[in-house]
Amino acid sequence: MLKINNLHAEVEGNKILNGLNLEIKPGEVHAIMGPNGSGKSTLASVVAGNEEYEVTEGEIIFDKSNILELSADERAQRGIFLSFQYPVEIPGVTVTNFIRTAINQIRKAKGLKDMPANEMLKKIREKAAMLSMDRKFLSRSLNEGFSGGEKKRNEIFQMAMLEPKLAILDETDSGLDIDALRIVADGVNKLRTKDNATLVITHYQRLLDYIVPDVVHVLVDGRIIKTGDKELAKELEVKGYDWLREEAVV
Amino acid sequence: MDLKEKLLSSYLAFEETLDLDNDIHDIRNNAIKYFEDTGFPNKKLEAWKYTSLNSILKEDYSIFPKQSSAIDYKEVKQYFVYDIDSYQIVFIDGIYSSHLSKTTHDKFDACLMSSALNSSKYNKVIQKYFNKIAPKDSLTALNTAFSKEGAYIYIPKNVVAEKPIQILNFSTGNEHALMLQPRNLIVVEDGAQVQIIERHQSLTDNAVFTNSVTEIYAGKNAQADYYKIQSDKISSSLIDNTFISQERDSEVSVHTFSFGGKITRNNLNFYQNGSGINSILKGVTIIEGKQHVDHNTLVHHRQPHCESHQDYKGIFADKATGVFNGKVFVDKIAQKTDAYQSNNNIVIDDGATINTKPQLEIFADDVKCSHGCTIGQLDEEALFYMQSRGIPKKEARALLMYAFANNVLTSVKIPELKTRITNEIADKIGVQLGFDL
Repeated sequence: MLKINNLHAEVEGNKILNGLNLEIKPGEVHAIMGPNGSGKSTLASVVAGNEEYEVTEGEIIFDKSNILELSADERAQRGIFLSFQYPVEIPGVTVTNFIRTAINQIRKAKGLKDMPANEMLKKIREKAAMLSMDRKFLSRSLNEGFSGGEKKRNEIFQMAMLEPKLAILDETDSGLDIDALRIVADGVNKLRTKDNATLVITHYQRLLDYIVPDVVHVLVDGRIIKTGDKELAKELEVKGYDWLREEAVV
Repeated sequence: MDLKEKLLSSYLAFEETLDLDNDIHDIRNNAIKYFEDTGFPNKKLEAWKYTSLNSILKEDYSIFPKQSSAIDYKEVKQYFVYDIDSYQIVFIDGIYSSHLSKTTHDKFDACLMSSALNSSKYNKVIQKYFNKIAPKDSLTALNTAFSKEGAYIYIPKNVVAEKPIQILNFSTGNEHALMLQPRNLIVVEDGAQVQIIERHQSLTDNAVFTNSVTEIYAGKNAQADYYKIQSDKISSSLIDNTFISQERDSEVSVHTFSFGGKITRNNLNFYQNGSGINSILKGVTIIEGKQHVDHNTLVHHRQPHCESHQDYKGIFADKATGVFNGKVFVDKIAQKTDAYQSNNNIVIDDGATINTKPQLEIFADDVKCSHGCTIGQLDEEALFYMQSRGIPKKEARALLMYAFANNVLTSVKIPELKTRITNEIADKIGVQLGFDL
């Protein structure tokens, strides 16, 4: 589904990704772990199409085509979703109107008509219930005054509404207490199918107790230096990242 | 002959057609004298530093249309917020159109300034209110001298006008260039309520220069909501002079939606004459090309325990220019004043300019006055966030602009008008989102 070959990317002249390779197949959950500043969030942004980052080398193949030339909205329309580490506040646009706009714009790009209002409403209610979201929440301005946990839950709500092929969860566990973490993780697990894939970016192993990965990668200095299964995440939790750095140098 | 000379000589001819016994005759004569002495404002005046009228004054305007023109309702239907079931006072090239209007004298008066000025029935109200709050100002004086037609609305004590009253000024382009000077008087007596929607609309690309004066009196506990739709053709310019006098516990709001026109200048002045008054000034400006919109506001707090709320939003593209000059005066006696002023602007293109200047003069010592102005760009991070949800950049920008203007729209009390404004904004931005915010 997603194949990243030799990806180099920089922002404002600083090289952040240095020849990253990654392959994710349908139905899989991958986790990327790594210390601060290793390039985890950059990778998420670059795959989602943030123009602030410049890709200097390599390719990103999604569903058999190179998406590097596509804008962020075109990538989203093809089924890439990014759950933000810091979701943006948009005062004046309600959660409902925002998601409605997103869904209908994606449908428009596919040559479909707007989703009928009653169908939309039904879907919104269903997904909000799945994430134990208060109905009032939906008529509030997007992320404005939301707590950290509410923002993350709202990200997963949007993911549930958009039903992406590839969901990238960037530090979705940060700012969540244990109950919220469970609800969010349950939501993500419920959305898993054999045809979609999830890329979990996280600092801590904690989230991976709930969203269990098939593959764990360690990202250091803009490259994946080690790949393993879920046991690797546990090892990292105990030993930190330094031993891997040394190993990589050797 | 320049415009000032032309106006002065036209006045002599105009004066002859008037009833010389009329009480306001002296007011006119004094006003034209004042205009003769002061002339049109220029950029040397502090209040006109950023707005030059030169480009509009050079046209050869007809001061009075040579003939009255008729328009079919279907041609102008789109400019009415309500097509039935409300009172409408409509002018075509400055002349009252009985065909398009629906006036009343039942529970209240919604009719013509010309009848009010000439009929003895209204003499008492005219004597008491006409030209009483407008201060000495050259453009207001010019309008006063030529005062002939406009809307006259009188809501008696404790009467509630249930449907909004629409005032529409159309120009047909039958004249090569036309100068209009509508004069409105709105009196809302104690405990009375009214909602008014005003629009200036040119139907062709011929030049139109409107110098409008509106006086609004709100009695004790009165409530008035005034909505100005400034969405005219690029060949039209508007100077809107509005003066509002409020008595104890009254609430008056003025919303100004400025999307069109070449040069638009709003001189909006509130005078508070009792305690417990609330004055609300809101505006959304969205302009492009070489359009220019200038909001010059004044709230004069003259009594204690009053509030004023000013919230102006502007979006400027291409080489558009915007001005906001908000004056708040708090007299020494006006303790416990709560005055809020905010002016936020988004500059889309490098060529666009905004000059914003809050001006607070506070002589009381126990007040809450705040002001803030911002000039920024559309938030790139927010744009990326929206794009990452599948919303194309153009639509994302539109949604952000809607959102930016939205908190001004939320205070619009007329749902039909809100929908109308939302659609006008969508037209202006070039994107239909398919819902009201």
